[in-house]
Amino acid sequence: MKKTSGGLKIGTRYVSWGDVVFDVCNYSFMVFLCIVMIYPMLNTLAISLNDANDAMKGGIYLWPREFTLYNYQYVLKENTLLNALLISVLRTVLGTGISVFCTAMVAYVISRKEFVFRKFVTIAFILTMYFNGGLIPTYLLMRDLHLIGTFWVYIIPGIIGVFNLIVIRSFIEGLPNSLIESARIDGAGEFKIFFKIVLPLSLPVLATVSLFVAVYQWNSWFDVFLYNSSNPNLSTLQYELMKILQNTNATMSGKTAADAFANAQADANTVTPASIRATMTIIASVPIILVYPFLQKYFIKGLTLGGVKGE
Amino acid sequence: MNIEKTTHGTPLSSSLPKEKATRKKQLWRKIVQQKTLILMSFPFLIWLFIFKYVPLWGWTMAFQNYRPGLPFSEQEWIGWKQFQFLFQDESFLRVLRNTLAMSVINLVLGFVTAITLAILFNELRNGKFKRIVQTISYMPHFLSWVVAASIISYALSLENGIVNIVLQKLHIIDEPVLWLGVGKYFWGIIGASEVWKNLGWNTIIYLAAISMIDPEQYEAAEIDGASRLQRIFYITLPSLKPTIIILLIMNLGNILETGFEPQYLLGNPMNLDYSENLDIFVLKYGISMGNFSLATAAGIFKTVVSFIFLFSANHIAKRLGQARLF
Repeated sequence: MKKTSGGLKIGTRYVSWGDVVFDVCNYSFMVFLCIVMIYPMLNTLAISLNDANDAMKGGIYLWPREFTLYNYQYVLKENTLLNALLISVLRTVLGTGISVFCTAMVAYVISRKEFVFRKFVTIAFILTMYFNGGLIPTYLLMRDLHLIGTFWVYIIPGIIGVFNLIVIRSFIEGLPNSLIESARIDGAGEFKIFFKIVLPLSLPVLATVSLFVAVYQWNSWFDVFLYNSSNPNLSTLQYELMKILQNTNATMSGKTAADAFANAQADANTVTPASIRATMTIIASVPIILVYPFLQKYFIKGLTLGGVKGE
Repeated sequence: MNIEKTTHGTPLSSSLPKEKATRKKQLWRKIVQQKTLILMSFPFLIWLFIFKYVPLWGWTMAFQNYRPGLPFSEQEWIGWKQFQFLFQDESFLRVLRNTLAMSVINLVLGFVTAITLAILFNELRNGKFKRIVQTISYMPHFLSWVVAASIISYALSLENGIVNIVLQKLHIIDEPVLWLGVGKYFWGIIGASEVWKNLGWNTIIYLAAISMIDPEQYEAAEIDGASRLQRIFYITLPSLKPTIIILLIMNLGNILETGFEPQYLLGNPMNLDYSENLDIFVLKYGISMGNFSLATAAGIFKTVVSFIFLFSANHIAKRLGQARLF
């Protein structure tokens, strides 16, 4: 390797001063980036763990000043919020399970090169990526199907995600065909091949897609707002948080916001809308934050698998 | 869709009746053979038809003076009137302006920041540090917009908001600013929020493209005495070009899809003139006011414009001899 004029010797290699400056800037920028990404979350956590009235005085950054778990106790005692948490969990578990299973099944079918309607089925699904009926016709459809006001309106319209379908199909197409062929020669039917061979081998991609669907389900609030806003029993955590947010936004200033959240009023001495908001924000995001780092390897692969090559 | 063509790969022009009959027979035999595969996909085709294709029928509402409860045959047809009304409506034009402005801001900001960050990630030598930073940068993508909006509106708040505190400490502003209360800041806030939320996530696809670059290229350049920046500008960036073009085409197809959630969640009566976009307009007219026809017309307008953009961008890329979507 060419030895540059000036520079530092790191290990066995010389690094030019330009390189050193670049690295210092780059690493500092990365640290700054991390702070910007996680500070708001840590700050919210600190507020949720701090006494509500004390938090109103401000000055809480990374650490609670008067530590308390009362905010969490309050939220988890509140029946509406507890029920919303339950519905959120239910729609995430059921929605993910059903959707991943059904999507994998269709993906298997359209990955079979010999399938007669392969092209037709594939195109019928992919076309829907580029257009849709839009909000109003979809709303009217849900009404006509009597899905409004039911739990199933969260699950059924999203049974198959086209993007996920493509991701799983690409993965199955990459599996060694000989495995499937030899199973077929041994007399295994399509269902058996699907359950006994394809599903177990596809676990990495199924994990990826499960994450995508679970995040979507857990984070949804718009369908609750649109279809079930008159049915508090089917409200979700995100929707409840959204309602609090809208109330605080409408009043804007932190002082009058205290009037906004009716539930908080009854307990005005111990909780404030700001502390409830912080607490619910944490509850609504912690499950995902705990899970996604472990699936990082998979979702990166899944995204590149289905990302650019739509067809 | 022509099934015979796909299964045999031969043109249909050979029209000997005998051949046709055997082909039909073969097809039938195949269908019987593959009945399980058909069975596995059939329920989902029905589902697809009902949930994705039936709503398209609803587009007819845009050409009617739709009244709920009346059967289809009794609806009054009014042609393009809803569309004419839209383009004379001042609030619709304002909504269109907001949608386009926020789209363009998000598009440009999103591309520039993601490509830059991907390149900077690639320049990190310490593998562990790189992995940790990447993981952290993906985090906001997984948060819901409700959570993100909750965090953002708190960070921007008047009293304890970190943005005001930092800017005051740096003496950039003297008095705390009510960021979400001033309309003209709204587009910038949305742009910054989008970057915050999706920056890390958007680098994934570029990093995948960068990882395809032959490391020998870098080694050769290093031996030739190319500096870090030269390597970035002459090796990394050019090899990202196909990826950038394809993503650009896909994003141009979404030019009117600014997203709905950030605008809706961060919007308030004070910034309404700048925050209302097409989707909010559709929601307001359709669901809140019950004017289904007008809202559907606005929705159709959005889809049609998206298609035009998608195809034009694809066509231009094709003409320029670049990578393209289809």
